[in-house]
Amino acid sequence: MKKIFSHPVSLRKTSTHYCPGCGHGLCHRLVAEIIDELGIREKTIAIAPVGCAVLAYDYWDFDCTEAAHGRALAVATAIKRVRPENIVFTYQGDGDLAAIGTNETIHTANRGENLTVIFINNAVYGMTGGQMAPTTLLGQKTTTTPLGRQANLQGFPLKVSELLSQLPAVKYIERVSLHSPQEVIKAKKAIKQAFQNQLDNQGFSLVEVLSACPTYWGMPAHKAMSWIKEVMIKEFPLGRIK
Amino acid sequence: MKANKILMSGNEAFGEGAIQAGCQFYAGYPITPQNELIAYMARHMPERNKVFIQAESELAAINMVFGASAAGMRAMTSSSSPGISLKQEGISYMAGSQLPGVIVNVMRGGPGLGNISPSQSDYFQATRGGGHGDYHSIVIAPASVQEAYDFMGLAFDLADKYRNTVIVLGDGILGQMMEPLRLSAANQTPQTEYQKPWALTGCKGRKPNIIRSLYLGDGVLEALNVSLQKKYQLIQQEEARYEGLFLDDAEIILVAYGTMSRISKVVVNNLRDKGKKIGMIRPITLWPFPKKAFSGLPAMCSKLLVVEMSCGQMVEDVRLSVNGKYPVEFLGRAGGGVPAEEEIIEKIESIL
Repeated sequence: MKKIFSHPVSLRKTSTHYCPGCGHGLCHRLVAEIIDELGIREKTIAIAPVGCAVLAYDYWDFDCTEAAHGRALAVATAIKRVRPENIVFTYQGDGDLAAIGTNETIHTANRGENLTVIFINNAVYGMTGGQMAPTTLLGQKTTTTPLGRQANLQGFPLKVSELLSQLPAVKYIERVSLHSPQEVIKAKKAIKQAFQNQLDNQGFSLVEVLSACPTYWGMPAHKAMSWIKEVMIKEFPLGRIK
Repeated sequence: MKANKILMSGNEAFGEGAIQAGCQFYAGYPITPQNELIAYMARHMPERNKVFIQAESELAAINMVFGASAAGMRAMTSSSSPGISLKQEGISYMAGSQLPGVIVNVMRGGPGLGNISPSQSDYFQATRGGGHGDYHSIVIAPASVQEAYDFMGLAFDLADKYRNTVIVLGDGILGQMMEPLRLSAANQTPQTEYQKPWALTGCKGRKPNIIRSLYLGDGVLEALNVSLQKKYQLIQQEEARYEGLFLDDAEIILVAYGTMSRISKVVVNNLRDKGKKIGMIRPITLWPFPKKAFSGLPAMCSKLLVVEMSCGQMVEDVRLSVNGKYPVEFLGRAGGGVPAEEEIIEKIESIL
């Protein structure tokens, strides 16, 4: 009988440290499946962020490095420039990519570096215990916005994908979500495209992934999925941005 | 054939020395007084099929060096004092990840934005680690344009040998002044001697490599620190370098490094001509500090005089090295002030 579903070779068989309902595990798996499907495991180099996903290398079975908080794209730029034959990608959260690393993000995109970026937007800082992220929604309560995010004090949710889409050297940006099986399939397609672009030397490609953080959203997993669908998507609409 | 001599600034010599040493990657950000270096690399790295990037910030530049080094390349950045402060984060991560890399600091006056005049006030920052955590960079202090060139080979070799960051500590005078330079590519160890099985190249034919400095397991980070300290002890035993002048019969010994040692050398020679028994110790490596130079001083030595373009930083290492056996006097100027020959002589006369 033909085997049609199996554990990705690029994903280590290990137990997860992520919370129940967290999107990271799902997204790690999508990346691993895509790397298997494209046959690039042996030439892939991943850059893990600072945040919950710093331990991504405990799950992925290919070469990985950490980067200082926000500096993943500086590290990635150099690796790709000195090893253009390798496939280099970063996997970064909203705090890493859109707060402390905004400068690196904008300039790497503006140089049109031939890189793939997986941008996990869960509207909160997870690893440090649920503080406001640049993508935190107005009214959303976090440990540093106990009364909810207020536009006059903390500004508006930062739409990094839309910002980056203005840059001429950016090849591809799409926003996807992990809140339902249908959306996961679309997310995989987009992430695969972002890797294919790099293989084809197309330049900077970024996929923003709306991902649940039930622990710091203070809701059970199934409600977190509904919250993405009913609330978060209104602020961060899905689809191809560039 | 005539010797292959050219006239070059210190900043350009750092660049050409790095290229001759096999530097494969440079990232930098403009700051005075090291701008000739980034410009030199912008022109000459691509010419030789090496990577040059003008980074968006000092943070990006040092983290690009982190990336290129993680990928197994000889990588460097350069800056001046305020920019080097920004690089400390990346240097600490490189220390934790045991990544080699070379950082040139063409020091200027501080603190803060300070000025663009030469200074030696980043000695503490360079020799004590500079960023967070228990670590050391190897620190080498050239005193001439020739050494600015020659020491780049040494810097890359030591970086690869110990998987350690190396800071080449110059100052605005050294960076800006032009001197005749003898080009030679022969004084560097071939890079092939330094295998990098840990580098990120893609995991074909081997288990995946991970570059990391995060260790959450109980006792794991302590074990890493213990092994780092062992490495630092080895470096202290093996790599301390200095130059001694008239140490057989010196009654007063000047201690100075870098540009300040050039001026001090003139003082020593002039006073010797007048029959005064002056000697000099010039640390070449600032970390490891050449303590050995201070252990066998002549019996007639009565005092040491440390001269720096700072308010007194290396003087602490000299005091630790002599450990109370000799009085250690200090002369220094800060904020772009450079102790002149006459000032040093006046100071020597006052302590004789």
